[in-house]
Amino acid sequence: MISLTHEPINYQALTESVRSPNSGAVVLFLGTVRELTGGRRTVALDYEGYPAMAEAKLAELEAEACLRWPIDRVGIIHRLGHLELGDISVAVAVSCPHREQAFEAGKFLIDELKVRVPIWKKENWDDGSTEWVHPGGEMSKPE
Amino acid sequence: MLTVKLFAKARDLVGSPTVQLAWSDGQVVAHLKQVLGEQYPALVPLIPRLFVAVNNDYAADSTAISQADEVACFPPVSGG
Repeated sequence: MISLTHEPINYQALTESVRSPNSGAVVLFLGTVRELTGGRRTVALDYEGYPAMAEAKLAELEAEACLRWPIDRVGIIHRLGHLELGDISVAVAVSCPHREQAFEAGKFLIDELKVRVPIWKKENWDDGSTEWVHPGGEMSKPE
Repeated sequence: MLTVKLFAKARDLVGSPTVQLAWSDGQVVAHLKQVLGEQYPALVPLIPRLFVAVNNDYAADSTAISQADEVACFPPVSGG
């Protein structure tokens, strides 16, 4: 199951959705809004997505992972909108027969999500400034 | 005309979530970046790092675009 939502992520339900008697291992990753980045203090993040392409890219990631590991089920939910400290921005759940496979597949899914899926976050720093996070250069100057 | 969706910092710099450009079918992604820079000078510093998506997939500079395509431009992604 793949989805984008503006509501809090129900990661318990997501985890249940990938459990099955075929899978000896279930791995859950939760991305969480962190306070400190390079010594600066975040008060909130705003997430924006390009929904149609994001869903297509998530489906592509799921298909690629299923070719590489003996995956039973995958669940990915990404939240969009305004998130406060500690809120969950993304949940990735994956089930496999054995734990090594589940850990590797889960790491692949979140690592690739972060470079391939068109979703962006904007920092809201504690000095009142905001800044788009666009990895890979010096573009993202405080506004 | 070609409709181009913009996201994140690209949208902020242009000041609009979509732009309309004069377009001839078959012109390529590299041309789109050039036209965007000419019409929206604020975008110029971002253009070397701008991604162009055509019909929900990343497109190379040599990819041809037609007016019926769904086209989007955006900076490096930062989800998760």
